[in-house]
Amino acid sequence: PPAHSRSDWIGPPDKHSNLRPIIFYVPPEESALERRLREARQEAQASNQRFWARHNRAFRQEKEEFIYSRLKAKGLEMRDESGQKATLNAEEMADFYKDFLRKNFKKHLQYNRDWYKHNFRITFLMGQVALVRALRWLRRRKKNVEQ
Amino acid sequence: MSAARSCRPPRALAGLFVGCLRNTGARQIPCRFVHLYHVGSYRLITFQYFSFLKRMYVTQCNNDLSQRAKPKSDSIVSAFHELQQLDQEKKVVHEISSVSPVHQSWSEMSSRNELREMKSAAETEDSLIAGGAESKEDRQWKEMKLRLDDLPGILARLSKIKLTALVVSTASAGFAMAPVPFELTCFLLASLGTGLASCAANSINQFFEVPFDSNMNRTKNRPLVRGQISPLLAVCFAASCGIPGIALLTLGVNPLTGALGAFNIFLYTCCYTPLKRMSIANTWVGAVVGAIPPVMGWTAATGSLDAGALLLGGILYSWQFPHFNALSWGLREDYSRGGYCMMSVTHPGLCRRVALRHCLALIGLSTVAPVLNITTWTFPIISLPINLYISYLGFRFYRDADRSSSRKLFFCSLWHLPMLLLVMFTCKKSVLEKEDKGELRGESHEMAMEIRLP
Repeated sequence: PPAHSRSDWIGPPDKHSNLRPIIFYVPPEESALERRLREARQEAQASNQRFWARHNRAFRQEKEEFIYSRLKAKGLEMRDESGQKATLNAEEMADFYKDFLRKNFKKHLQYNRDWYKHNFRITFLMGQVALVRALRWLRRRKKNVEQ
Repeated sequence: MSAARSCRPPRALAGLFVGCLRNTGARQIPCRFVHLYHVGSYRLITFQYFSFLKRMYVTQCNNDLSQRAKPKSDSIVSAFHELQQLDQEKKVVHEISSVSPVHQSWSEMSSRNELREMKSAAETEDSLIAGGAESKEDRQWKEMKLRLDDLPGILARLSKIKLTALVVSTASAGFAMAPVPFELTCFLLASLGTGLASCAANSINQFFEVPFDSNMNRTKNRPLVRGQISPLLAVCFAASCGIPGIALLTLGVNPLTGALGAFNIFLYTCCYTPLKRMSIANTWVGAVVGAIPPVMGWTAATGSLDAGALLLGGILYSWQFPHFNALSWGLREDYSRGGYCMMSVTHPGLCRRVALRHCLALIGLSTVAPVLNITTWTFPIISLPINLYISYLGFRFYRDADRSSSRKLFFCSLWHLPMLLLVMFTCKKSVLEKEDKGELRGESHEMAMEIRLP
């Protein structure tokens, strides 16, 4: 993002977590409330990034292992004669998906709770900041009108 | 109103208004004529809708079935917007290098003006590379600033406007099937209220699901995921749609409809959305969410919850299962990785059984309709072919359990519902018919009395 920009910038989806990173703008006259909001958003972003990067990596890894073990059981190699990667069809993969979901169920429940907490807190802080800014703007306008 | 359901093509809402306009003109004319007008406009809608369906889905055939079908024009427009932003960024960079003390907003304004000139010059070139550039634009850094001219499009995507249109049309089907004379103002108020309630529910759903949506192919282009709108704005939009919507329903129509609307919003946002990640029961809750709009339409017309309302709700409830289960069959990988508890992942056998069961239930429910005096006996007979066809596809899905059978079942469910509702409407037991019969009897009595008196 350009150096003189006065807003946040959002980037392309991350390779591992599929989440879009945000670079936050820190205004020179940031109030305490605004700082709390920014820090909450940064913390949520970091926590989400950690969770999903690790989760997706685990998924990819376990998927590879599953395909490998199944192919071995069938007596096939990972790559066939033409060099193409051998894959299993959807029905065989279904067992893996079921298993993976079951294994990560508790992890997801915990993550859900955290995500909802972050989301509500950030939105509430955003509301407070917006309210304060609106009141400040109204006060400034009243002063201008009086002058 | 369920989130995981996708690929619901928009019903021609304009077509509905055409139907209404025609109706106001024909009010004085006896019911039969109005009937024909309705049939005419509905047939037109169905044909347009069907060809629109074909256009939308043929473009998606190469991609994954699970992709939400976006009309082709949509992608070109968005690519153009993103090219605009790229050019704007280029301009901003130029400003820095020229080292002139320019105020930020002024520079943006000037760059926008110059941009317009650049645009016209480079338009032909842009359109050529628009297709390829779209994915490239996606990898650029974007400023998180809300542009007012983007806002309608963003809000439309936030409220899932196509799904909302479908929900409103099922509600109007419920209104139309109610055995009372048609009132235009009531109909419009009920439709508007339902539409607003649906927008609110969809926005809150997207607000809750941002990180999960980013990880699924089908949903990764939603406004909150892309940072085009802040969560605060999304919640404010939802409140500004939901509160007037429910107020409109409660005060402008009747309290029962308002209560149903509020309950449906609650069920969708606070029950279905969190439940999606906790248990497979979410599908049943989601089916209820989908069944409530026609019930709302019916109560808007009659003011009471009759057996007819429940039957219509029941038909939509049963329809949800073949529709959703077939769709979710192709999305198993995304659901598994995203942590969604869906039948297709955890209980595949149950998934197919339930889909088949409810296809058959549709036949049963269609047969009950004339018993409750909602339609004539021609309805179960005429609807039997389409109900049998969807049951046959449901059976194939149950037996084969593969991608092609799930796709066939899903696509069938898309035209099956509008067809069924259309046939139901044409077979509706006319209110005036019953009144005519009563009058005739009264007249013959009078004539008999006259003959007796000298």
